[in-house]
Amino acid sequence: MNASEIIGKFRFAVENPFETARQLKEDQQCPVVCHTCSYFPEEIVLAAGAHPMRLFGQSTSIIRADAHIQAYSCSLVRSVFEDALSGELDFADVMVFPHSCDTMQRLSDIWRLNMKNTVHLDLLFPVHLKSEAAQDYLKAVLIRFQRELEETLNITITEHAVSEAISLMNRIRHALHSLYEIRSRTPLRISGSDLSYVVQGTMILDRNEAADLLEQLAFSLEEIRPSAESPGPKRILLSGGVCLHPDIHSIIEEQGGAVVWDDLCTGSRYFDTPVSEGPAPIDAIADRFISRAVCPAKHSGITRRSEELSELVSKYNIDGVIFLFLKFCDPHGFDYPDLKTTFEEAGVPSLLLEVETGKPVDGPTRTRVETFLQILNQGNNLP
Amino acid sequence: MKKNKALSKSHRYMESVPKMKKIMRNYYLKAKYARYFGKKVAWITSGGPVEPLIAMGIIPVYPENHGAMIGVSHTGAKFCEVAEGMGYSGDLCSYARADIGCSVAGGGPVGGLPKPDMLICCNNICGTVLKWYEIQARRFQVPLFIFDTPFVHTKFTKEAKSYVDQQVKDYIRFLETVMKKRFPYDKMNVVGKRSVEAMGLWQQILDTAAARPAPFTAFDAFFHLALIVTLRGTGTVLRYYRFLLDELNRRVENGIGMVENEQYRFLWDNLPIWHRMRWLSKTFAARNAALVADTYTSAWCGTVDYIDENDFLGSMGEAYTRIYLNIGVDKMAEKVLKMIDKYHVDGFVMHSNRSCKPYSFGQYDIQKIVQRERGLPVLILESDMVDPRKFSEGQVETRIDAFMEMVGQK
Ligand code: SF4
Ligand code: SF4
Repeated sequence: MNASEIIGKFRFAVENPFETARQLKEDQQCPVVCHTCSYFPEEIVLAAGAHPMRLFGQSTSIIRADAHIQAYSCSLVRSVFEDALSGELDFADVMVFPHSCDTMQRLSDIWRLNMKNTVHLDLLFPVHLKSEAAQDYLKAVLIRFQRELEETLNITITEHAVSEAISLMNRIRHALHSLYEIRSRTPLRISGSDLSYVVQGTMILDRNEAADLLEQLAFSLEEIRPSAESPGPKRILLSGGVCLHPDIHSIIEEQGGAVVWDDLCTGSRYFDTPVSEGPAPIDAIADRFISRAVCPAKHSGITRRSEELSELVSKYNIDGVIFLFLKFCDPHGFDYPDLKTTFEEAGVPSLLLEVETGKPVDGPTRTRVETFLQILNQGNNLP
Repeated sequence: MKKNKALSKSHRYMESVPKMKKIMRNYYLKAKYARYFGKKVAWITSGGPVEPLIAMGIIPVYPENHGAMIGVSHTGAKFCEVAEGMGYSGDLCSYARADIGCSVAGGGPVGGLPKPDMLICCNNICGTVLKWYEIQARRFQVPLFIFDTPFVHTKFTKEAKSYVDQQVKDYIRFLETVMKKRFPYDKMNVVGKRSVEAMGLWQQILDTAAARPAPFTAFDAFFHLALIVTLRGTGTVLRYYRFLLDELNRRVENGIGMVENEQYRFLWDNLPIWHRMRWLSKTFAARNAALVADTYTSAWCGTVDYIDENDFLGSMGEAYTRIYLNIGVDKMAEKVLKMIDKYHVDGFVMHSNRSCKPYSFGQYDIQKIVQRERGLPVLILESDMVDPRKFSEGQVETRIDAFMEMVGQK
């Protein structure tokens, strides 16, 4: 398979997630465990012989969900729930809600009251990740999850199986990281939207298949010799929660920019740190949650996020930051002003965009991105 | 529906009100000049464990209570706009926006809050407070303690129990470090007992509204609530609430209701609309309707059963975790049904509060449960507790009228 065929597979999964899941379930005769957050121990699900799948919300018009949740909830939650109510998630055997934000937490309740055909599990992770008490608790939550999954699926999850799943997921993390590095070094090798399909598709496809495809892709991209990139595009960091807007990338690229790294839960926050391989695999999974890039819905000190983002900015020579939030998203909304100030002080311009899932980027947003890139480009010509 | 225009004032007068105002004034003065008295100030969330602060002699200050005062004083839009100018989205909780705006712009109903020496954030009410306190910790550069209470969708697990119990110990250690002195466990016993007694009194106060006519309404409860929130664990609260309870009992004995011709009784859900309190209370009263109870003010006594007054520190972790906003929607609905029965209400008024997502999401399902289980009419008003830009008087009044018609037909 060449690069574009591989990318096509990921893209198909992103655009047809439910069909992909149904097919996979039929081929492999395995239960499907759906979830809603990047703090999710996929390894435990894989070790249970089940297929983990993250939901992103496919429904573009919200009808049924409106009877259960107000219009001032984020579009991700509304759209995911619309999918559930309209029967699209019939393939799901287990639905897991890791604790993230207030909106998702309430969705879990509403879901449990209205969707009776799936087993419903809550993963009550700590919000505070820094204290010793929280770290002990996090481990205990993972052990409970393992037990609940064993009971639900009527199986035993062995330590060996968890270790194998960790190796598999680390392969995926490593391959995704390489792909990001390739893109960051020579953005012409793979477009931003293609790369976003690849990361997101990984959360949907069979993980063994995904690992192979990702490794092949990295290999074939290294082969591509792009024409010289001079003077090189403006280097953008995209930061936010879920980005389900591949069109953002094309707008940026049309204006001579490129997203060369991101801080998204549908991006680098999914793969940024490997789980250490060795004894006590559950503890190792917990340790990764503590050391990976922190999400704004969790607490790990009052400056950790700005430090992590600043590090990305300098490591990847970022010229400008685009914050991409879903409207009504509290955790990101609260972090934004201080982050913006941090970047301003460091001389890195930023732009805030509010979007909604299921809706294409609108005209004004497009214009703002274009203007932002134009300003960045003008910066080039200044003496 | 006939509207009762002639509202006499005397039946609405309560001796407790000026007393309460005086206590709150003194409290804010003391907090403001804490430094002159050699006292330290802690900002704490409304659902946070305040008792250890009281035992330590630290003055607790509540930005949410301050947010409510900003709402009542009709300066909500002004301060929210300041925060929005800084980049805070208008969709974020207006308590947070108002507080952040006011701490930058200065002024406000009490001339601004005294600067904190420490911040105590308990996320049993929402994730908003976590973010809000992080922001203020960066701004004021003071230590932040987070009391993390896992959500109780269906069960309070034993892991969660040991997690919160461990945090009680961490909390004490935090206070000892900040204050550079040992924690007074003997004093804590006294404070713990007082706190439990205050919660009991507060419940009794709210229960007086089960009488017909109700001696006071939810609007009054919102006002008298400030003490159980801010000064629980002190003797002041006990003295005041005993006085208030006496007064309410006398009103019950004499058949004095807050709404003169009380004909309909409603239950209120969610935070008050602080900037329209008087208007709403008048609007309902003019239709002979009393909001006799609410789900909000009872949150400060709802978990008293989990507390062992002889082992306050050992039991408070669980009690603080199982409060109303930190439990599943179905558990909330159960509590609502109990209140409907206890206060003999004829209808349920839900404030769908754009500011408070954990309180508001799930309301539609609670509405369905209430309609199914009790066949009660339900009114949903979409608004915001502090930000008046999200409120339309005309629209709300029309909806109230339509609701009254439904209630009248029952
Ligand atoms: S986008 Fe924001 S509000 Fe929506 S589920 Fe994610 S964290 Fe919560
Ligand atoms: S109003 Fe709701 S969101 Fe705001 S601080 Fe209170 S509980 Fe949190």
